[in-house]
Amino acid sequence: MSHEIEPISDPGLPDHVHRAADTNPVAEKKAERQVAILFLLSALGTILFIASYIFIPTTEFIFLPVMGTTNAHELFLGLGLALALLFMGLGAVHWAKTLMPDEEVIAERHEFRSEESDREDFVATVKERAAAAGLGRRSLIKRTLGLSGGLLAASPLLLLRDLGPLPKNQLQTTSWETGTRLVTDPGNRAIKPSDLEVGAVAQVLPQLLPGEERTLNNIGKDAVLLIRLRPEEFELSPERLSWTYEGIIAFSKICSHMGCAVALYEQQTKHLLCPCHQSTFDVPRAAKVIFGPAARPLPQLAITIDSEGYLVAQKPFTEPVGPSFWERSS
Amino acid sequence: MSAPQTPAGKVANYVDERTGAAKWLKKNLTKVFPDHWSFMLGEIALYSFIILLLSGVFLTFWFDPSQREVLYQGSYQPLSGIKMSAAYVSTLHISFDIRGGLLMRQIHHWAALLFMAAIVAHLLRVFFTGAYRKPREFNWIIGVGLLTLGIVEGFLGYSLPDDLLSGTGIRIAEAIIQAMPVVGSYLSFFAFGGPFPGDAFIPRIFTVHVLLLPGLFLALITAHLMLVWYQKHTQYPGPGRTEKNVVGYPLMPVYMAKAGGFFFIVFGVTALLSALASINPIWLYGPYTPGQISAGSQPDWYMGWLDGLVRMSPPIETHAFGHTISWNILIPGLIVPGILFTGMALYPFIESWFTGDKREHHLLDRPRNAPNRTALGAMSLTFILVTLLNGGNDIIATHFSLTINQIMWFSRIGIFVLPPIAYVITKRLCLSLQRADRDLVLHGKETGRLMMSAEGEFIEVHEPISKEKAWTLTQHEQPVALEHLTEDEHGVRNPNSRGSKLRARISRADAEQIQKPGGDTHREIE
Repeated sequence: MSHEIEPISDPGLPDHVHRAADTNPVAEKKAERQVAILFLLSALGTILFIASYIFIPTTEFIFLPVMGTTNAHELFLGLGLALALLFMGLGAVHWAKTLMPDEEVIAERHEFRSEESDREDFVATVKERAAAAGLGRRSLIKRTLGLSGGLLAASPLLLLRDLGPLPKNQLQTTSWETGTRLVTDPGNRAIKPSDLEVGAVAQVLPQLLPGEERTLNNIGKDAVLLIRLRPEEFELSPERLSWTYEGIIAFSKICSHMGCAVALYEQQTKHLLCPCHQSTFDVPRAAKVIFGPAARPLPQLAITIDSEGYLVAQKPFTEPVGPSFWERSS
Repeated sequence: MSAPQTPAGKVANYVDERTGAAKWLKKNLTKVFPDHWSFMLGEIALYSFIILLLSGVFLTFWFDPSQREVLYQGSYQPLSGIKMSAAYVSTLHISFDIRGGLLMRQIHHWAALLFMAAIVAHLLRVFFTGAYRKPREFNWIIGVGLLTLGIVEGFLGYSLPDDLLSGTGIRIAEAIIQAMPVVGSYLSFFAFGGPFPGDAFIPRIFTVHVLLLPGLFLALITAHLMLVWYQKHTQYPGPGRTEKNVVGYPLMPVYMAKAGGFFFIVFGVTALLSALASINPIWLYGPYTPGQISAGSQPDWYMGWLDGLVRMSPPIETHAFGHTISWNILIPGLIVPGILFTGMALYPFIESWFTGDKREHHLLDRPRNAPNRTALGAMSLTFILVTLLNGGNDIIATHFSLTINQIMWFSRIGIFVLPPIAYVITKRLCLSLQRADRDLVLHGKETGRLMMSAEGEFIEVHEPISKEKAWTLTQHEQPVALEHLTEDEHGVRNPNSRGSKLRARISRADAEQIQKPGGDTHREIE
């Protein structure tokens, strides 16, 4: 492409245009009044803040369109604070824009690079001082210093050891044992198959023995979902079918992906959905993953009934529940 | 010099005799800062950080960082008699019983959202104008560090109340830690003091949230600002503005008033939002228990991209030799974010490598004049937007009557297809804008006035643009593509021929330009 015109040169800073307040005393007075009014409005905001703190009871609620019902005390406290701050800021900015000097000034930049002579001096100084200290020669000192420094630097890691116990088999096991009764949560009530209608879903936990406390650590591993289908709806292997009881099937509620509670059950499609990352599990096919990022089905708990007719675990979970970890074998 | 008479003079004299501050202040009070609205984005980040410090200190007076289980008997009736952690109880106490407590909680949370939004907006401004180029690479890296820390700090902050939503977030974080090969289970047990959730995590992250990270923030922000101060601010091109000067207003009084006033405005807007708009109403979520969850669980917006990546991941796990590797967690949770942030931190050096430009730059680029960089930015932004969209797939599905599956598949395909499309479109747009600039300089601007010539032909009158505008549109340099060097000037084969070839190819794409009017202006920088 040809150069149609001559290169354009820098015309330099354009001429300064004065503002009304710079030349006209009336405009200047007006601007001054405006700034003062803004600062006064800020003071009014603070007064609203103080008055709200003292006079509006914390139990007062009012309805705001769009925002809904809200606490009047906090609302007016906030509005007062907001007005006080906003007008303070607006006043300062308006002052700067109308009355303070608005002529652009030019400052020169300095070069960051040091002078060549300074650089040479620096290198010479470092070399000379290092030589004086014998850094180059005394390799014995250097090596022992390196060794002790390294040891010293690594030692804080040791102090962090007691942050927690070793995992051992805690990720592999749950509280479910052979014959552990399934109980409601909350309520700690043992349940019979007849308590659950077809299509129903319930969260259960292992029964607490007298004197036992349930901790969140337990719930994080033990939570189980019971779902009752019609037995003919299952598409299970004979072994897995024997883990169900009269159409009741039990899965770990802790997602096999990242450990969220798999709490959404769609009765029509018989899908379990994890609200965190939308992994979807097909209940009739032993919670097979049919969508989403989870790579494994939810572990199934084998259940049956005991002599009194209450639902119990046939045996512990046959695989670890919850998200994957390095030591997990399958 | 006579002894000072006024009280202020006496104080100043006292201080100066001991520090010599007058000399430094004399010079720096007249320091010049260029003016542009986009330079206020970083200021917003700074000011929201100060708001966070102020409101955060207030909250610590009542917050009890403890996972000790207590029976709630406070003033919020719907949760009366429910077992919950002391952290959650104290958050309820702040929200319902401390006057101004709810307001401060909301200010703290809104300011955190604003802090992250301002950091991201500031980062985009710095990126698209090329402000990170030499000599400001250090500050770019500090900025990337601040962004990363901000995400962690925000996550820890909203985890502290120990409500159902935040506990779910911690559970996910635990799963990411646990997914790390070899060390995962150990790290998780060390972090949580045993199995999840334990009773150590909230107290520990409290210390990190209120002491360790704020300390790091203060140090990094100080370094960030000192560098800005010392290196002087960049400026947009325009008449009278060169690589060797800085044109603007002096610190005192103009910038003190403007920046000081702006702090109050940012604080005021945050307070207004917090007065009117409820945020993180933890009393509605209930206390955390691992067996429960609420539908539509969403992280704060700056974590949304990460959640979106995890959601769209295909279900891949490897089981071999008795061990498990969860690619479905490692790739979206650690590997992709690692690549994104490393790439972002190294970008100034990558760009300098393929442009061969090792000079200082104090004049900003107009984004259209750096089409390749602008297109790369649009590409990355599109990538993040797709992940963010997928992070909200459940909410979008319920609001727009779509299925989650549709949105997920859109994202899974879109994450690969849309960014390159964004690159191409943005680059073409930049080149079109360059053409428009060229037209404007050569033919002037349209006036809307039509004239009929003697022959009966209608023409629109064009007016030449001002010389200031013409300079602004043409002052930039246009890059020249680097050549692929197979041998050096002595005819010795280049040992790094493949690198040189790659560099030449990228450089060619980078140098694609519309010839600006007036030919090539090579601004010399010594």
